[in-house]
Amino acid sequence: MDFVGKRKWFFTFSAILILVGVLSMTISPRFKVGIDFEGGSALSLTFAQAANQDNMRAAMADLGHGQAVVQRVGDTGFLIRTTTLEGPELTGGLSERELIEERLTQEFGTIETSELSAVSEAVAKETIRNAGIAVAVAALFIMIYISYAFRLMANSLRLGVAAIIAALHDVVITLGLFSILGKVIDLEVNAMFITGILTVVGYSVHDTIVVFDRIRENTARLISRDMGTTINVSIMETVGRSLTTSITTLTVIMALLLMGGGTIESLLYTLLIGVAVGTYSSIAIASQLLLVWEQGGWLPFLRRKEAEPQS
Amino acid sequence: MFRRDLRRLGFIIALVVVAVLALVVNTIDIGIGSVNFQRGDKEGPLGLTLGLDLQGGVQLIYEAQDQNVTKDQMEGVKDKIERRTNSFGVTEPSIQILGSNRILIQLPGVEDVEEAKRLIGQTAQLEFKERICAPAGCDETQNAGATINAVGDLTADATTFPVSDASVFREGETLLASLEQMRVTGTDGEANTITVLRGYRHTEATGHANGASISRFTFEDRDIGLTGELLTRAYAGTHATTGQPIVHLEFNGEGAKKFGDTTARIAGTNNRTAIFLDNEELVAPVASQAILGGQAFIQGPDFTFDSVRTIAIQLEGGRLDTPIVVIQEQNVDATLGEDALDKSLVAGLIGFGLVALFMVLYYRIPGVTAVLALVCYIVLVLLVIKLIPVTMTLAGIAGFILSIGVAVDANILISERTKEELRTGRALLGAIETGYSRAWPAILNSNVATMITCVILFWFGSRFGASAVTGFSITLFIGVATSMFTAVVISHTFLRLIASTPLSRFTGMFTPVPGQVITAGAGRRSHTQRERN
Repeated sequence: MDFVGKRKWFFTFSAILILVGVLSMTISPRFKVGIDFEGGSALSLTFAQAANQDNMRAAMADLGHGQAVVQRVGDTGFLIRTTTLEGPELTGGLSERELIEERLTQEFGTIETSELSAVSEAVAKETIRNAGIAVAVAALFIMIYISYAFRLMANSLRLGVAAIIAALHDVVITLGLFSILGKVIDLEVNAMFITGILTVVGYSVHDTIVVFDRIRENTARLISRDMGTTINVSIMETVGRSLTTSITTLTVIMALLLMGGGTIESLLYTLLIGVAVGTYSSIAIASQLLLVWEQGGWLPFLRRKEAEPQS
Repeated sequence: MFRRDLRRLGFIIALVVVAVLALVVNTIDIGIGSVNFQRGDKEGPLGLTLGLDLQGGVQLIYEAQDQNVTKDQMEGVKDKIERRTNSFGVTEPSIQILGSNRILIQLPGVEDVEEAKRLIGQTAQLEFKERICAPAGCDETQNAGATINAVGDLTADATTFPVSDASVFREGETLLASLEQMRVTGTDGEANTITVLRGYRHTEATGHANGASISRFTFEDRDIGLTGELLTRAYAGTHATTGQPIVHLEFNGEGAKKFGDTTARIAGTNNRTAIFLDNEELVAPVASQAILGGQAFIQGPDFTFDSVRTIAIQLEGGRLDTPIVVIQEQNVDATLGEDALDKSLVAGLIGFGLVALFMVLYYRIPGVTAVLALVCYIVLVLLVIKLIPVTMTLAGIAGFILSIGVAVDANILISERTKEELRTGRALLGAIETGYSRAWPAILNSNVATMITCVILFWFGSRFGASAVTGFSITLFIGVATSMFTAVVISHTFLRLIASTPLSRFTGMFTPVPGQVITAGAGRRSHTQRERN
């Protein structure tokens, strides 16, 4: 298999994926955002018997929560998203949650389980900022570490940069797919999603390092004077391992998802997409970037593309 | 070589056996001399501490409204919340200060978040009272007399306090009828401090007191109208001449007058000034003389620098309530938590089973040793989680299960390398050795990269008390670190031992099923093609 020779196809494929994702991100609603990033309350109730969704909405409107989003979960469950519910200290006596539960019990019967999570808007803004910082700092440190780990190779900084570009490529694609999935299956973006994104960065780099390590070894063994050949051989030699590892990891994630992911559902979906994309990018992007760089950057690469007519 | 491997095997077996024992026993309690080591949770599976999302409970994050709140003020708020949650009957509340102005409160087992918020939100009550002692002195005896049985609900109007005198006091005790005060404290899960002043007046009686124990007081605490607002400052310091730790008090004009009057009355007697925060006594000093200037200090023979600081913080907290608001809250239903735990355990088992099956079928003997090493890996990670200890959340379990993937990866890298070495015609043992040393840099570097991500994740999560995020990053970190140990020490030893047995003659059993991977040979062919181009 000639991976290196197909790099323009890989780059084109990635570009399309990124473009589709970015396009989806420009169309409102960009993401289905959870309360972690937007602020508000999410009240999750299960009733002893089935209840009517429209009546539930009407009851909420009656209570002064006309803006509340009422979503059915299973037969007897409901998820109610609303602005942050006031505590007892501000309303005096009963809290808003107690008022809601009291009213809904009257109308729809016993509430069997009730879970609430609430995040203030200020914290939500801070979470978004911290998430950005976390991804950036992780990328920077990993880049420094890779440059250090491969310090015996010429241009080891390039390895660090290439690995991070590949990881960010995975992040952007995952974000894009989440934006699409948010529109299609209401998949939510929350703090666990950020956890997933950071794990994807780690995983993607993990995979890339395995390939880079082989390139380092093959370069030292001088298997070829041509860097393209060295890289191709290295990819060939590691592709079996990359596929087996991601298949085993994906198996584990699928098992968790099939059991009903619960609160970590968005983490699992992020990992599912990210691990798959991460494996792809370690083969199709990271090492290929090294070669593009070696051959003088993007201008010669693009020119070469013109010179070689696409068949 | 073989003997060394056997010794290693012995070490590994001993380690795993000890780990299994430490896991099977729910609580570990080792005391050697002054070192006391206690780990494990009585309730949780394998003695692991379960997070709120798995056992149900309430998590709240409060933020001080004043951005420039001091460290001591935050300590005061924390102290207040600790006292409140203790009276709430929570088994193991966890209250931590996050950053400079936030407090994370975790109340496992508590379902009623609104009640918890009501309790926490109440302003602190700091009161100075005049304590009038019986001639024999001020005495508090715990569990004096009998235990109250089947009292039923008490109301604030406790004139009909339904406890017979005989059940409260021991027969034949001579007590001053007018100066008897009893405090009933109990643990039936309700706020149940009942203060009864027998023959004098009832001051307070709330809650249930079934099975509660009783303290007997031979003193009376009288209101003197000196409350927290009249205190202008309280701080820890040292005595100018003796250097002993003391607590300084400063009152405003009205406070100085009331404090002066009281100290004038009690000076030189047995009577005291008792200081209460939320009806809990902080300290009750005597006065040697009337203190009129509004400035005083409290000293005590058993005061330490820590204890005076705590008292000062408590006084400050009671004097000036630091307003806090809920910025994040979450409550999880206990039944849903249990359900989530069961499901994730099943998912883990299915995941592990599938991976094990794949490893054995595909990599054969190295696959078998890898699976054995993975079992050791799981036992060791659980042990580390229990010993640190790390609270297991749903996300933590996910991090752990994901780390199995990383552990498998190390084995896959090694197996692939060994396979390549075998193909170059090396002898089995040599191929295994070279395989390990060749695979090591990739394992190390890739795992360090993952660990860097874990550290950043931990920072991100702990910034706003997202225990799910921190739980995930901690278990993933522990998992990745342990996986390097198991891959390099445990599966390496297993594999070498097997290679020393007659099984080693079947070299084919040490390489993956042929024809299913794109082999290195094919790769070389393609690059010769490229060179021809």
